[in-house]
Amino acid sequence: MENLIALLVAAPLLGAAVLLCGGRRLDKAGHWLGTLFAAASFGIGVALFADMLGRGADDRTVHQRLFSWIPVEGFQADVAFQLDQLSMTFVLLITGVGTLIHIYSIGYMEHDERRRRFFGYLNLFLAAMLLLVLADNYLLLYVGWEGVGLASYLLIGFWQHKPSAATAAKKAFLVNRVGDMGLSIAIMIMFTTFGTFAFGPVFGAVDGTSEGTLTAIALMLLLAACGKSAQVPLQSWLGDAMEGPTPVSALIHAATMVTAGVYLITRSGAVFDAAPDAQTAVVVVGAVTLLFGAIVGCAKDDIKKALAGSTMSQIGYMILAAGLGPIGYVFAIMHLVTHGFFKAGLFLGAGSVMHGMNDEVDMRKYGGLRKYMPITFVTFGLGYLAIIGFPGLSGFWSKDKIIEAAFAKGGTEGWILGGVALLGAAITAFYMTRVMLLTFFGEKRWQPAPDADAVPSAEPAAEHRAGQLPHPHESPKTMTLPMIVLAFGSVFAGGLFSINEAFVKWLEPVTSFEHGNPPLGAGAITASTVVVLLIGVGLAYVQYGRKPVPVVAPRGSWLTRAARRDLLQDDFNHVVLVRGGEHLTRSLVYVDHSLVDGVVNGTAASVGGLSGRLRKLQNGYARSYAVSMFGGTAILIAATLLMRAV
Amino acid sequence: MNPVNYLYLAALLFTIGAAGVLIRKNAIVLFMCVELMLNACNLAFVAFSRMHGNLDGQIIAFFTMVVAAAEVVVGLAIIVSLFRTRHSASVDDASLMKL
Amino acid sequence: MSALAAAASTTSTGEAVQFWVLGTVAVIGALCTILMKKAVHSALCLAGTMIILAVFYLANGAYFLGVVQVVVYTGAIMMLFLFVVMLVGVTAADSLTETIKGQRWLAALCGLGFGILLIAGIANAKLTHFNGLGRVNSAGHVEGLAELIFTRYIFAFEITGALLITAAVGAMVLTHRERTERAATQRELAERRVREGVQLPPLPAPGVYARHNAVDIAGLLPDGTPSELTVNKTLRARGQIRDVSSEALEDLKALEQKSAERLGREEASK
Repeated sequence: MENLIALLVAAPLLGAAVLLCGGRRLDKAGHWLGTLFAAASFGIGVALFADMLGRGADDRTVHQRLFSWIPVEGFQADVAFQLDQLSMTFVLLITGVGTLIHIYSIGYMEHDERRRRFFGYLNLFLAAMLLLVLADNYLLLYVGWEGVGLASYLLIGFWQHKPSAATAAKKAFLVNRVGDMGLSIAIMIMFTTFGTFAFGPVFGAVDGTSEGTLTAIALMLLLAACGKSAQVPLQSWLGDAMEGPTPVSALIHAATMVTAGVYLITRSGAVFDAAPDAQTAVVVVGAVTLLFGAIVGCAKDDIKKALAGSTMSQIGYMILAAGLGPIGYVFAIMHLVTHGFFKAGLFLGAGSVMHGMNDEVDMRKYGGLRKYMPITFVTFGLGYLAIIGFPGLSGFWSKDKIIEAAFAKGGTEGWILGGVALLGAAITAFYMTRVMLLTFFGEKRWQPAPDADAVPSAEPAAEHRAGQLPHPHESPKTMTLPMIVLAFGSVFAGGLFSINEAFVKWLEPVTSFEHGNPPLGAGAITASTVVVLLIGVGLAYVQYGRKPVPVVAPRGSWLTRAARRDLLQDDFNHVVLVRGGEHLTRSLVYVDHSLVDGVVNGTAASVGGLSGRLRKLQNGYARSYAVSMFGGTAILIAATLLMRAV
Repeated sequence: MNPVNYLYLAALLFTIGAAGVLIRKNAIVLFMCVELMLNACNLAFVAFSRMHGNLDGQIIAFFTMVVAAAEVVVGLAIIVSLFRTRHSASVDDASLMKL
Repeated sequence: MSALAAAASTTSTGEAVQFWVLGTVAVIGALCTILMKKAVHSALCLAGTMIILAVFYLANGAYFLGVVQVVVYTGAIMMLFLFVVMLVGVTAADSLTETIKGQRWLAALCGLGFGILLIAGIANAKLTHFNGLGRVNSAGHVEGLAELIFTRYIFAFEITGALLITAAVGAMVLTHRERTERAATQRELAERRVREGVQLPPLPAPGVYARHNAVDIAGLLPDGTPSELTVNKTLRARGQIRDVSSEALEDLKALEQKSAERLGREEASK
C-alpha cells in the first residue's frame, strides 16, 4: 500500500505536465483533465487513509523510498516519502479542498481563454504542496516549499496583463524569498550539526545538541514559517496576493499553502520543544499577527482583502498554538483543518458574489444580496458562523481549544496570551459580522460597472457589461456544489473531531500531546469566549446593521486609516528597507566611484600619462634606436669595468 | 713597439664606425660603417691571435669575413629593393616604427 | 720559416714605423668614410682603410687573412658596394644636415664614452707579454689554419657555408620581381599607342638645337623652351639633366640671325 504514496504526488504532477505541455488542442478538455488528476490524487489519499485506519495507532507511519537523489559521500539525500497521521491530515485537506476548488474553477474561469494553463498551475501547486507534506527530509521539503512558492507566484500573477497583479506576484515572491532563506540556512545548520536532514535522525539527535544551536535552527525555521504563512514581520504580501483569481485565494492563500508554516513548526516540534526561547518567539509572532490581521480585516472594504486579513489572523492563532508546545500542536492542526474548510468556503462565496456583481470587490457597493444569491448566502453564512466560533460549529471547537491552551501556558504569559486570543476572537466576530452585513443585508448600494476603457478588466467577458447596473444571480452548479460541500465541513468537522477527542488521539503518536491545565475552568473559558463573541457581533451590528452604510468610505479614525493601509506595513518596509537599501547602495556606489575607481583610474591615468611621455622616445627613426643600443652597450662596459675594479 | 697598439687602433676604428652608423642617413654609407666595425674586430682578433700564440683568433676573423660577405649580399639586396619602392636610400624615410 | 717565426713573435722598428704611418692613414680613411658627402667617396676611403688593414694582418703574421682581405673584401665586397652606389645614383649627394633633434650630440657623447671605455679597458688589461706565432706556424701557416678549420671548427665552417648559400638565395628573392602578366609585344604596344593617341610618332630626340648632341640636354621647342619629352626619364629622376643655358639660347638666336641674313641675301641676289 505504501507504494501508492508516490502516486499522490505523481498524479497532479503528471496533470501539470500534460496541461502545460499539451498546447492548445487541450483547451477544450483541459479543465476536466486537471480536475480528474486532482480527484485521482484525492482518491488515492482516501485509499491510503482507509489503509492507515486499519492499522494500530503505533505503526501507522509508512515510508517509501523512491531513489537516491544526491548520493555523495557524507551528503546523502533521498527522494523518500513519509506518510504518518500528520501528513495524512494534510493530504486529505489538500487533495479534498483542492479537488473542490478545481470543480469550482471550472465555472469561475469559464470565460478565461487561458483556463487550461490555470488548471495546469493548480495541478502544479497540488503536486508541490503534497511533496512538501510528504517529504521525509528537510531537503525534499524545501523542494516542495519552493514549488508552492513558484505556483503561488504564477497564480497570483495569472492575470499578468494587470500591472497590479504582476507587481503583487513579484512582491509575494520576494517576501517569500526572505523566508526561504531562513529555511535554507536552517537546513545548512542541521547538516553541519547532525550530518543529515532526514526527519527521524534529526529529531533523534536533538537530545545531545546544545540549546544555542537548536534555538538558531528553530528561529530560522520560524523565519521560513513567517514568510510562507504571512506572519509579522513578513506579512505584507498576503493582502496583495488577492490580485490572483479567487479560487487561488481560496486554495493557496487561505486553506493550504499559507498553512505550510504551521506544518513546518508542528513537524519540527522536537526541535522547538528543546528551544524554549524560540518557542517564545513563535508565540509572540503568533499573538502579534493574530491582532494585526484582525485589525486590518476590520478596516478593509475590499471583500477579499478583509478575508485575507482574517486569514492572517487565523494563522496567527495556529502559530500561537504551535508555539505553545505539546499542549497546542494538535489544536493548531485542528484549527488549520477547520479553517481550511470555512475559509475556503468563505473565499468561494466571495468569488461567487464577485461573479454575480461584475467583479466588484468593494463591499460598500454590495448590500441586500441574500435574496439574489440564496445558496451563496447560506454557505457563506455557515462559514461565517464557523469562523467567529459560534457554539457547535467547527471554528468553535478548534478556537476554543487554542484559547484554553493559551491560558494553560501558565503564569503572566498565559494570562497575556489568553487575553490576546480572547480579544482576537472578539475582533474576529466584529469584522466577519461587518463583512456579512455589508454584503448580504442592508439596502442595495450597487454601482454601474466602470468603463471598460477606463479600468482594464480582469476578465474579457466583463467588457460588454461595462456601464450597466449589475444583475446579481446565483452562480452555476459547478461553483455552488463545492461551496455546499465546504459548508458541511464548516459545520460538522470540528464537532466530529472533538467527539471523544478523536482528533487528539489520531495525531498524538506524531505530535505528542499533553493536557493543559488552564487557571480557569474549561467551562469559564468557553463562556467568556461566547461572551466576547456576542460583544463583537453586537458592536458590528450597531455600526453597520442599524445605520445606513455610505458608499464612499468615511475618513475614519487614525486607527482605521492605518488599518486600511495594512497598518503601514508597506510604508514601514519602504522607509526602512527600500530607502535604507537605496541609501546604502548610493553610498557604496559613491565609495566605489571615488575610492576604488579613483585608485584604479588614477593608476591608469598616471601610467597613461607616463606612456604618453615615453612614446615620444619612439620616434620611428632606426638611428635613434641605434643610439640607445650603443649607449646601453657603453653603460654595460662601464658596469663590467667597475665590477672588476671593485 | 707593443702590439697592444693594434688593439688601440682597432678600438678607435670600431668607435669611428659606430659613430658613423649613428650620424649617417644614407643606407649604403651606413652599411659601410658596419663593415668598418667588422674590420676593426678582425684586426683585434688577429692581434690577439699573435699575442696568445695560437691561430684561433685568425679562424674567427676568417669566419667573420664569411659572415660579413653574406651580410653584405643580403643587406645590399634590401637596399636595392628599398630604393626601388621608395626612390630613396635614406634610413630616415623608413620611420614608420611608431604609433 | 725562421724569418716568418721571427716576424710573428717580435716587433721590429720597421713594423713600428709602418704602424704609426699606416695607422694614421687608416684612421683618416675611416673618418673620411663617415664624413664624405658622396657615397662613392666614402666607399673609396673605406677601400683604402681595408687595404691598410690587410697590411696590418700581414704584419701580424696572418698571411692568409691578409690576402683574403685584399681579394675578398677590397676586391669583391667593396666592388659590390660601388656597384650598388652606381645603381642608386653615383652623384646623389647625401645631405649631412641632421633631422633628428639631439641625435648628433647623443651620438658624439655615446661614441666618445664608448671609445674611452674601450681604450681604458684595453689599457687596464695586463697584456704585457705575447707569445708570437712561431710555434703554431711550425708546420706551415696555411696548413695550421686548414687543420683548425677542418677539425675543431668544422661545424662552424659547414654552417657558414650554408649561410652563404642562404644569403645568395635570399638576395635573389629580395631583388627578383616576378612578371605577373605577359610582356606586351611590339605590335600590341603600337596598337595601344594609337588607341591612346597621346604620342603617336617616336619621342623627339634630345639635344636638338643644342650646342652639342648630348643625351642629357633637353631639345628645344620652336619657341625656345626646353621639352621635357626629349630626355630620358631615369636621368631626370636622378637630376642629371644639364640645363640649356641662356647662353646656348643666345648662340641659337645668333645662328638663326646669320642663316636668315644669308638666306635673305640669297633671296635678294635672286
